[in-house]
Amino acid sequence: MSNLLEVHKVVKQYGDYVALNEVSLNVPKGSIYGLLGPNGAGKTSLIRIINQITLPDSGEIILDGEKLQPKHVQTIGYLPEERGLYSSMKVGEQCLYLAQMKGLSKAEAKKQLDYWFDRLGIQGWWNKKIQELSKGMAQKIQFVVCVLHKPKLLILDEPFSGFDPVNANIIKDEILALKEQGSTIIFSTHRMESVEELCENIALIHKSNKLIEGKVADVKRQFRTNSFEVGILTNNVEGLMYDITQKFTVSPASFKSLNDDLKLNIQIGNATPNELLNVLTQRGQVTHFVEKIPSINDIFIQTVTENKV
Amino acid sequence: MSIISLIIKREFIAKVRNKSFVVMTFLSPLLFVAIAVFIGYLSTMKAETKRIAIHDETGLFAADFLKENKKSAEFKYLNLSEIDVKALKDSITKENFNGLIVIPKTNDAKDLESKIEFISNNSPSISFVENTQDIIASKITKLNLQSAKLDTLAIQKAQSKVNIHLVKASGEESLKGLNEVKIGIGGAFGYLIMMFIIIYGNMVMRSVIEEKTNRIIEIIISSVKPFQLMIGKIVGTSLAGILQFTIWAIIGLSLMFTASVFFDVNVGTTAKIPPVLMQSAQHDFSGIIQMGLREAWNLPIASILIGFVIYFIGGYFLYSSFYAAIGAAVDNQTDSQQFLLPILMPLILSVYIGFFTVVNDPHGTVAVVFSMIPLTSPIVMLMRIPFGVPWWQIAISVSLLFATFFLVVWFAAKIYRIGILMYGKKPTWKELYKWLKY
Repeated sequence: MSNLLEVHKVVKQYGDYVALNEVSLNVPKGSIYGLLGPNGAGKTSLIRIINQITLPDSGEIILDGEKLQPKHVQTIGYLPEERGLYSSMKVGEQCLYLAQMKGLSKAEAKKQLDYWFDRLGIQGWWNKKIQELSKGMAQKIQFVVCVLHKPKLLILDEPFSGFDPVNANIIKDEILALKEQGSTIIFSTHRMESVEELCENIALIHKSNKLIEGKVADVKRQFRTNSFEVGILTNNVEGLMYDITQKFTVSPASFKSLNDDLKLNIQIGNATPNELLNVLTQRGQVTHFVEKIPSINDIFIQTVTENKV
Repeated sequence: MSIISLIIKREFIAKVRNKSFVVMTFLSPLLFVAIAVFIGYLSTMKAETKRIAIHDETGLFAADFLKENKKSAEFKYLNLSEIDVKALKDSITKENFNGLIVIPKTNDAKDLESKIEFISNNSPSISFVENTQDIIASKITKLNLQSAKLDTLAIQKAQSKVNIHLVKASGEESLKGLNEVKIGIGGAFGYLIMMFIIIYGNMVMRSVIEEKTNRIIEIIISSVKPFQLMIGKIVGTSLAGILQFTIWAIIGLSLMFTASVFFDVNVGTTAKIPPVLMQSAQHDFSGIIQMGLREAWNLPIASILIGFVIYFIGGYFLYSSFYAAIGAAVDNQTDSQQFLLPILMPLILSVYIGFFTVVNDPHGTVAVVFSMIPLTSPIVMLMRIPFGVPWWQIAISVSLLFATFFLVVWFAAKIYRIGILMYGKKPTWKELYKWLKY
């Protein structure tokens, strides 16, 4: 699969402060790409550069095979973290205005707006002013504004903040539908469960540097600890413990189980899972045997704390 | 539609639809006329007649004061010379006199110059005192002439009154004493430009701050360049200002036209004012209005209006670039004060120069220099135009103004570009300077 967006060694400095230090990213076409990082890591700086709000000091950006240039703003949709609309302007007029700014004709913008308002069930809002709407309602409008012009690349910064669970789900479904239609989505958030749920690829930026990038599965493989959660029913606990501590590192575990079993975390190092199973089966009845897969949350916290310097 | 015209259209519509715009456009001319009419009414109102008692022991002056009773109804002089001064003094309050003039008996007319008293409970107006002094002085002069055996009639004949006609080199005759019309119109337009710059400049600033605090700015500049946004904003707002001014000009001209028809002044003719009218204008209120209107129609109305539009656009663009940059630099309006002061200074300065220097000497060095300096020229030059300004001076002043405008826009755009994405703290002057170099 080719990349829709390639960021090559982008550097951005504000005075003496380096916001981005030779950051490179590859965003595959048609994927949902999670851009992660703690506060102040440089995500917003990068997003602003991709949106051509600011220019990088060096490095280049390739969008859909072409060097990033002004005409590309029409192919990008951007939902900034700090939401905002003209509070005293009517919803319909405002959406038309913002859509025309993205290069849509008035008629086309109107058509798209009717489609989206219908789809999200907000037809009655056309003549309301933003200040009459609740925060969540305004968020919906904001989402519509950034997808109206059918962007190839959609950049969503914390898209679910401010939504109740029902509306968050509606937006999530819309994001997935857009992906099905071929949009590429960059998704920046601190909510790791939605990253697990939606993203195929992730990148982690920390202290102006990119630390991790790749497919979610690959990243997890990279961070696997070769640990297994084990539940075992045995009469001879001492014997079992003696056997396994000979070869492996053991720590107590806790998970839900219907059996009155011994619960352990076992780190097998370079050994294979079968070797562990052999030892276990000799000493008792195995009731639970699962590899501990690191969550993105774990990876995030681990990486960020390790690079605290 | 190009993006800039889209922005211009939005800004224009946002301003024009605003209730305060509608109210100000149609209400303020009415208010202006209402105030003018009210002041006119107040000044024609007859003041309460003041009763002044005269105790003239010489018997020389009372008759002259009584003559005054016929001229105006403001004062009613009563000759009470037979009553004792002391009794008169005591009865001021009781008899409800506003004052008592006491002229003591003297042997020498010279003594009178310093011995006359005016007694009253409240201090009299300066004009009353001067008027009284005049009456007495001219009588004394007359007596002195008589006692010197001079022929007063011959002296009166020998005195002459000169009346200089002011004629411009271009041939039009203008009226002495009615320069006030030019000063008034020039001043009004200069003041108007200052108000427009402040009001519309503030609108630009508010609209920049609004986008910043709304955080919509990030969405907008992901579609357009900050420079396009800034220019669109400035132009859109200025169009709203020009629309407002056009409406005012139409209302003003039609009022002037109606008034001219009402007072029977021939519009469009630059005929000399008949001398009869000149004389009647001395006393007659409607005659003054007639002359004023005549003089107003004789002014270069077209060049004043065109001048206003050009200087409004130039001055407004110049100042609103500053306003836009300030709006971008701060987070809310209270923070803007510190940066606004240096902008308001030249505006205030130019109004002062306009009202003091231009009025005294419209073509003097100070007036000419300040009508060239771009920050003051929109106001000062506009106040000079009714007095007639050579076209080359206007050309230099306008080109300087627009050259400066482009320079300032370039600087303002830099601050604007950085400022709109900076949240949270008020920048210092030093930081603004740093932004220029980013």
